[in-house]
Amino acid sequence: MQDTNTLKEYRNQCQEALDDEFLRKAMDAFAKAYRTNRVNAFAGINEKALIAEIAAAKDGAISRLPELYEEFRVKAEQAGVHVHLAKTAAEANEIICQIAKDNGCRKIVKSKSMTAEETLLNHRLEADGLEVTETDLGEWIIQLRHEGPSHMVMPAIHLSRYQVAELFTDVTKKQQDSDIEKLVKVARRELRGKYIEADMGISGANFAVVETGAIGLVTNEGNARLVTTLPRVHVALCGVDKLTPTLHDALRIIKALPRNATGQAITSYVTWITGANACATGPEGKKEYHIVFLDNGRLAMAQDPDFRQILRCVRCGACANVCPVYRLVGGHRMGHIYIGAIGLLLTYFFHGREKAKNLVQNCINCGACKEACVAGIDLPRLIKKIHARIQDEEGHALPSVLLGKVMSNRKLFHTLLKTAKWGQKPIKDGSTGYIRHLPMIFGKEQDFRALPVVADKAFRDEWPELRPKKVDNPRFRVALFSGCVQDFVYPEQMKAGVRVIDGHGVDMDYPMGQSCCGLPLVMMGESESARDVAEQNVKAFDLEKVDYIMTMCASCASHLKHTYPRMLGDDPELAERARVFAEKVIDFSSFVHDVLGVDKDDFKEQGGQGKIAYHSPCHLCRGLGVTEAPRQLLRKAGMDYAPSAEEDVCCGFGGTFSMKFPEESRELLNKKLDNVKASGAGELVTDCPGCVMQLRGGADVRKDALRVRHIAEALADRKK
Amino acid sequence: MQINQEMLGTFIEKAGLVSAKVSQVKTLEEAFAYTAVLCDGKESCPLLVSGCELNLSEPSVQLCKEKTSKIIAAPGLDKEQFASLRTLCEYKGLELIDDGLRRHLGGIDVGFTVCDLGIAETGTLVLNSSSEEVRLATMVCETHVAVLPQSKLRATSYDAEPELLQFMGSTPNYLSFITGASRTADIERVLALGVHGPLELHILLWEDK
Repeated sequence: MQDTNTLKEYRNQCQEALDDEFLRKAMDAFAKAYRTNRVNAFAGINEKALIAEIAAAKDGAISRLPELYEEFRVKAEQAGVHVHLAKTAAEANEIICQIAKDNGCRKIVKSKSMTAEETLLNHRLEADGLEVTETDLGEWIIQLRHEGPSHMVMPAIHLSRYQVAELFTDVTKKQQDSDIEKLVKVARRELRGKYIEADMGISGANFAVVETGAIGLVTNEGNARLVTTLPRVHVALCGVDKLTPTLHDALRIIKALPRNATGQAITSYVTWITGANACATGPEGKKEYHIVFLDNGRLAMAQDPDFRQILRCVRCGACANVCPVYRLVGGHRMGHIYIGAIGLLLTYFFHGREKAKNLVQNCINCGACKEACVAGIDLPRLIKKIHARIQDEEGHALPSVLLGKVMSNRKLFHTLLKTAKWGQKPIKDGSTGYIRHLPMIFGKEQDFRALPVVADKAFRDEWPELRPKKVDNPRFRVALFSGCVQDFVYPEQMKAGVRVIDGHGVDMDYPMGQSCCGLPLVMMGESESARDVAEQNVKAFDLEKVDYIMTMCASCASHLKHTYPRMLGDDPELAERARVFAEKVIDFSSFVHDVLGVDKDDFKEQGGQGKIAYHSPCHLCRGLGVTEAPRQLLRKAGMDYAPSAEEDVCCGFGGTFSMKFPEESRELLNKKLDNVKASGAGELVTDCPGCVMQLRGGADVRKDALRVRHIAEALADRKK
Repeated sequence: MQINQEMLGTFIEKAGLVSAKVSQVKTLEEAFAYTAVLCDGKESCPLLVSGCELNLSEPSVQLCKEKTSKIIAAPGLDKEQFASLRTLCEYKGLELIDDGLRRHLGGIDVGFTVCDLGIAETGTLVLNSSSEEVRLATMVCETHVAVLPQSKLRATSYDAEPELLQFMGSTPNYLSFITGASRTADIERVLALGVHGPLELHILLWEDK
């Protein structure tokens, strides 16, 4: 449970997690295994179509939750169920305590419910002198340890068998073996007595099906079946977002939820409870059955045109499973109660700004969660939006404001960058192009990768001389978008790109009014300045005179393509322009491979160049869905492409993320470079200058014999 | 009714993937015999339930003392069927019950049920468990023997939907999808079977028509 006050404290906690060797090993093994399991689980299923169907059905339900609640209530009451609606977490807890009191209950068994974690129900029940036992194995373990879950599906994933054996030794007062199968049996036997003694069972609910008045429970262990059967009273605590019109909706989600959660086609048990069932120990042989629906901000969220999609979440936990940051720091640092990308968002809405303000910054924006989300939630974008909202509510940090002010004034920004080349003189290492002796403002923690110097001459200043001769009847008219890094730090990458494209009948232009794409501003939570630069950029291009807007920076490309139309969409004068602009945006590899169709004949035959590895930038492979074009280019240019492990996992740059969370950035970078090293490659190419900056600087500090370049540079070298 | 062999194949494959032991039987009597032999052959001492060999707390040790013989619970059978199974059990010295499951919560050896539907795409059994005895038999047993009439096999959960809705429509209703044995991976993500429910699931596909 993350609840630090300052970013500094939060970073210290993350550092502790990074130093936890067991956690690191467990998380690494999990991340790798999950990837394979997920792919296997979805084999033969049209995943994208299923996700779209789930999202659409959920959206339909979200838009009429109050109505669905009423329908469900009537249906369930007819079948003998007591239905409650709690406005707040505290109210839900009160209702459940009252049910316990009214029915003279003393001992409670619980099956897993994230909603009960959200309301901190156990604390409240225990305050009333009730004995509560969690029966899900993982939940029982963490309850005994007095901690919160570190994963929504596997709550004790942060613990080793030895820690569990020690814990069980305490509980049974007998020495326990660390053999996992034996530990599971011990839990089976120890908990059986708890079910027998209990007079109240509390469960969650994965679905509340309106057409039948049933709740659905998706479980593996079978504990929820016992919890809902043996005690004479059953209370199901259920978020109102779990209301769904039809059984079909629930069956559809069941096709995806277990697959995405644990790689199972279906869980061992799915239980459907409709009405108050037979119960030998209940009044008149019937169960005393209550369903408590929890609002806690959900109904208000359902009214928000953008954030309402958060309510689509089916709590599979996949957004944590694929998150490179979760993999590093674990669930206790990646959420307050709810974990992972969705946890960052839910923390803000359910537990408040204070609990969320540090967490929301710990997102590297790699998009892995968005791709894995079975409900199609645009998680990274919403996380940035919450970050911006928190800044608006709390006041913006001074450096962030300054950055915004500077960057939204292109001339000032560019003047500062050009001035920097004089300022960096004393710290510049002339022979390598890196800054030596980082200035104080960076601090020691930034020294895991060498930072580049600003180039002597920006690309925009060289363009008038570089510009290839005008092409008569060009095949394509292309406007170049350089982004700041290639304009001011790595102009050689742009030059290489121009050289690769030259001679293919392309008329190239470089509009001078262009500025930073604005993504760094989004990452800093400066949405207004981000919008300002978007407007400047859209206006800087004469859209009627270009077929494509080509950029060699994957991050710029995906930002221009996906964020601009949304950002400018509410401005009637700019909406259409932004849409057309975005449509014309294309990344370098796709343009060269798919549009120009360069082939083997365009390259020199060169042997003996050694193996070349490829890093797939987050914003290219997930942001734009481009995976084949760059790899095909490597092969067509005759390079000995050596695939390496986890090519599409983030390099740890994430723009300003690497400045804010250098400890995490360093770990991700090292993992990436280790994987490349294992491939035996002497050169690493990629499609994004940000990645180049991170990877090249890291390889330099590690003294790896690795040349890191933009793919365009490698191609330009081999061009005939 | 013509049994769709492809659907049957899918069911057997998918159930096998989740460690269910699938066999085919021609008659219900054959299923009874299978069950009696299985229970009789179970290695555990009649007094012991799974886990007794381990270091348990005092109250948990006490719980096994409630068990005095090997028990099969087969609620939901008609009189004739029950009598037929009882003859087999008596012959082998097994106790057979079909009610009062709450007196055996410490554990029973085998729970025997006849399922209402099967879903081939996931190897899932659908069991209408509105009777508390049926419910408990499948929860507290160590081995669940489930008979699935082949005529009740459906290709997908969507195909089973109209029948599922029918079950749920007759309230109160407790309907279970069962796919493999009870499982957990909560300690170091290592798969372990039988955490709260059955340690084994045996499925007998009954060529009922």
